Amino acid sequence: MNVLEVVNLRKYFPIRKGLLRRIAGQVRAVDGVSFHIKKGETLALVGESGCGKTTVSRCILRALPPSEGEIRFAVDGKVVDLAKLPKRALRPYRRHIQMVFQDPFSSLNPRMVIADIIGEPLLINGMRSGEERRKRVKELLDMVQLPAAYMNRFPHAFSGGQRQRVGIARALALHPSLIVADEPVSALDVSVQAQILNLLLDLQDRLGLTYLFVAHDLSVVKHVSDRVAVMYVGRMVEIAGTADIFARPRHPYTEALLSAVPKPDPRLKSERIILERDVADPANPPPGCHFHPRCRYAVERCKVDTPALQEVEPNRWVSCHRAHELMLRGVQ
Amino acid sequence: MPPTLMAERAAAPAAGTPILSVRGLKTYFRADDGVVRAVDGVSFDVRAGRTLGIVGESGCGKSITARSILGIVDRPGKIEAGEVWLTPGGGTGAPIDLAKLASDSAEMRAIRGKEIALVFQEPMSSFSHYYTVGNQIMEAIRLHSDATKQQAHARAVELLRLVGVPKPERRVDEYPFQLSGGLRQRVMIAMALACDPHVLIADEPTTALDVTTQAQILDLMRELQAKRALALILITHDMGVIAEMADDVVVMYLGRVVERGPVDAIFHDPKHPYTQALLRSIPSIMATPRTKLATISGSIPHPLNRPTGCPFHPRCPDFKPGVCDKAEPATTVIDDRREVACFLYGGGA
Amino acid sequence: MIARLFGRTSRADSASAEERFAVASQLQLTWWRFRRHKLALASGVIVILFYLVAAFADFLAVNDPQDTDSRRSFAPPQVISLFDDDGSFRPYVTVIRARRDPRTFRMVFDQSSKVYLTMFTPGYNYTLFGLFETNIHLLGLKDPQPGDGLYLLGTDRLGRDLWSRMMVATRVSLTIGLAGVIISLFLGILLGGISAIYGGVVDMAIQRTIEIIRSMPTIPLWMGLAAALPSDWSVMQIYFAITVIIALLAWTDLARVVRGKFLSLREEDFVTAAELAGAGQLRIIFRHMLPSFLSHIIAATSLALPAMIISETSLSFLGLGLRPPAISWGILLQDAQNIEALALAPWLLMAAVPVIVIILAFNFLGDGLRDAADPYG
Ligand SMILES: Nc1ncnc2c1ncn2[C@@H]1O[C@H](COP(=O)(O)OP(=O)(O)OP(=O)(O)O)[C@@H](O)[C@H]1O
Ligand SMILES: Nc1ncnc2c1ncn2[C@@H]1O[C@H](COP(=O)(O)OP(=O)(O)OP(=O)(O)O)[C@@H](O)[C@H]1O
Ligand code: SF4
Ligand code: SF4
Ligand SMILES: [Mg+2]
Ligand SMILES: [Mg+2]
Repeated sequence: MNVLEVVNLRKYFPIRKGLLRRIAGQVRAVDGVSFHIKKGETLALVGESGCGKTTVSRCILRALPPSEGEIRFAVDGKVVDLAKLPKRALRPYRRHIQMVFQDPFSSLNPRMVIADIIGEPLLINGMRSGEERRKRVKELLDMVQLPAAYMNRFPHAFSGGQRQRVGIARALALHPSLIVADEPVSALDVSVQAQILNLLLDLQDRLGLTYLFVAHDLSVVKHVSDRVAVMYVGRMVEIAGTADIFARPRHPYTEALLSAVPKPDPRLKSERIILERDVADPANPPPGCHFHPRCRYAVERCKVDTPALQEVEPNRWVSCHRAHELMLRGVQ
Repeated sequence: MPPTLMAERAAAPAAGTPILSVRGLKTYFRADDGVVRAVDGVSFDVRAGRTLGIVGESGCGKSITARSILGIVDRPGKIEAGEVWLTPGGGTGAPIDLAKLASDSAEMRAIRGKEIALVFQEPMSSFSHYYTVGNQIMEAIRLHSDATKQQAHARAVELLRLVGVPKPERRVDEYPFQLSGGLRQRVMIAMALACDPHVLIADEPTTALDVTTQAQILDLMRELQAKRALALILITHDMGVIAEMADDVVVMYLGRVVERGPVDAIFHDPKHPYTQALLRSIPSIMATPRTKLATISGSIPHPLNRPTGCPFHPRCPDFKPGVCDKAEPATTVIDDRREVACFLYGGGA
Repeated sequence: MIARLFGRTSRADSASAEERFAVASQLQLTWWRFRRHKLALASGVIVILFYLVAAFADFLAVNDPQDTDSRRSFAPPQVISLFDDDGSFRPYVTVIRARRDPRTFRMVFDQSSKVYLTMFTPGYNYTLFGLFETNIHLLGLKDPQPGDGLYLLGTDRLGRDLWSRMMVATRVSLTIGLAGVIISLFLGILLGGISAIYGGVVDMAIQRTIEIIRSMPTIPLWMGLAAALPSDWSVMQIYFAITVIIALLAWTDLARVVRGKFLSLREEDFVTAAELAGAGQLRIIFRHMLPSFLSHIIAATSLALPAMIISETSLSFLGLGLRPPAISWGILLQDAQNIEALALAPWLLMAAVPVIVIILAFNFLGDGLRDAADPYG
């Protein structure tokens, strides 16, 4: 069963110029992205900085209004299109999609104690009794392995890893059916990253959670995700199961991305594919396949025709004209 | 001024010649509320044409080590003890102890940029926003040579070309904010290379970049090192980058070097419990999907709340009560290139 | 951080200190941080003292500040001697009794004589806080002869007591500042908030207005506005008009602070988190955003106040603001405007001292508050 189906999602930001702030162009931050997430799985959304990962997740959460497309969300046995709902009608669905943030410092209100931070969603959604709330907060703290005695502390007394646990507890408070985690470990120290990743895996096993895990670190992604979706300049280039995509990428960009990741073993000094030039500018992307100026397999057709995302084999979507003929290199 | 940069260095020192030796370096920050021992007894050697990797988690003193070498520690930080021996001219001159030089002395200023250059951790804050990249590179060149404006300009263009900036004739007149992150980092490196230094310290040169851009920059640094016989100190918290780049590795924790050795030994036969735990806890692209990682319990203590004895003892799986929390383990030499600071390997006084 | 806030702690109490630190609210943390700014702390005390003076101005005054007497024109400050000749603690001043020689019409100074000081003595009538009619003053002379007076800081050309005038001037100048700040705070928060919440055309209109106001040179603008005040207005009316003029020019800074904070807070993850939890606009504004920039507003206010005070002082000094018989620091300084007066009575310059002190104090206080309020600064 799919918890979420995103169909042809677009989000354009206007570029304003001059004194009168006239619209001079558009940043095509998300330019026709489709994917789905099954119940109980982790879909990782990866790609380079600025490719639109955060914009996709913010549209799903409706922290940003999408410009176009559908966000079909399965809730209480029916499917609603979150993209079309006006803000007010959105309220009852908010609680079902929660978020874990990247920055453990700005994601907790420094003026509230932990009990209030975790309890706020409960309070807003109708749990009036303070006693009941405290009980649930205790439970949640226990889930994220923090002592219940920390309830009356303010966020400033916590380390980055502990704050991230508090953020996870808050996200879990309302039993959401989807958790969007935008780079939840990239601001943490290496030794703390592992703790949080393990916690996320644990919670998923125990509570049957569904994650959209946004990340740029492919090593982290390999540890947590069931499937991986790779974005490049606002478009989806490849979606596949984790083991498949790492072992045998089908899109040249995925191949380059994988080969660029440093392997933590000095004996494996593998050949790296060095991409020439910079990532394309989403305000002014190249025609045809966005990746063609950097692609070493590009042919004439790539410069004019935009490849569509196609299912090249079961559960494997690739948008490349040459997906069927290329044999690309993965890791191991 | 060297004639051209594209060629190999004419009188390049033989790879492996020791250029910089740091011994027992201690840099402390003393304030009303206590002493931060940012660097607490750090020793290592840097050789021509080789890369020394300094690795450790946030706050372990990597940047302050680099800044101490160059004598640019911000107040109230001060080098309290130790020696920093530099053999100038790529191993040909008479050794100088940089720790003894005043930070604003003429000798020190002559060394900065000319002998040892630094690529800073925050690329944006190390540029001026008001000058073009060309102007900033030219200033660095003219500081250490008597090149004319035209010569310096030509050299700046050449440097930009060397570090792979496309259309350097045009880019030279652009401002730093007009450049992408990757280009900015290339320009930083060009600036550091302006005076043809023998030692290059790169402080997290790729942390802010994407993997694909990181691959470009690391590649560039390797190429430059081969051409110029650069002695490279690469500071990072990314074990993958260390594995790909370093010849020798220094692992730091709370200002101390816990382990030092050749890269292969560090990754395949780590001795110190911290190194072992760190290696187990890093996510690897080679792992089987959806596997748990080993973790290190707890988190890094606040520098003002430094544990007694071995600074790692509250998190150490091999902690020996009554020993590890009583005294700091001394450095044990395992063989001529390996050292470890832990009571499991001696470490008694 | 912990050690930083609590000073040096031994290992034994560091655990309890940590607990105290952990459950300390943002306000407490701000206070702990503020406490470490000795200069700001001292400035805070000075500001409080000044406002106490403002509240009890008439009580602290010794003579009726409007009472003129040409016989004691430009009388120099008196020195209080604390101990009597026999060594006992009995403060007194030496008064000089002057009379006009009936033949030459010149002032002749008689032998000076001791007059003892006393506290809580009756003097001129006033109403405390506009409520209680009383005539008790802090200091006074014990059994004065007619013509004797206590002139702690000397007198001006018309023989008015500078000390008493300064007390009253403090009240006027500080309350004008305060009233001005309250008005501009109101305008600033309202317009800044509207600008940030609605955005678009409204925001643009408000921002352009702010830019226009800020780009106008202040002195000519004041001159124009002040000159437009009818000359037959009462002291009270002028007072209010001046307050409003000052406030109208000063709100722009606050509006910018508020708008900027609002916009940056709206991007904060914890605000997004509250939105995702289903919190309404009002809850987000009052529970999450307002508390976060309250401290910034307080700091901005304490930096805006001295600007107000300076504005009033300079306006009045230039003769564009309050006019005699009103008394304010600007008016007192106006009296010290000409060389002759200064040569004869340098003590009139004393009127500048409180202005300088309070301006510095407000600035140090504001800086301290700003530093302390920034949780991760
Ligand atoms: N509010 C906005 N106004 C204009 N452009 C925006 C806005 N938000 C994002 N963008 C642009 O949209 C593009 C996608 O941004 P987004 O934050 O989604 O990228 P990302 O993949 O999350 O990157 P990162 O890895 O750096 O977080 C970028 O080019 C960015 O500059
Ligand atoms: N100006 C300063 N005053 C006081 N302490 C300082 C100062 N600068 C650095 N420190 C302390 O020195 C220690 C080492 O800092 P350093 O910047 O070298 O860490 P790092 O290893 O480079 O970390 P990162 O990976 O975050 O860059 C830290 O604990 C830091 O708090
Ligand atoms: S469509 Fe062409 S340019 Fe794009 S990835 Fe495939 S081969 Fe490369
Ligand atoms: S000295 Fe003791 S506590 Fe420190 S690393 Fe070695 S075994 Fe662990
Ligand atoms: Mg992002
Ligand atoms: Mg650093």
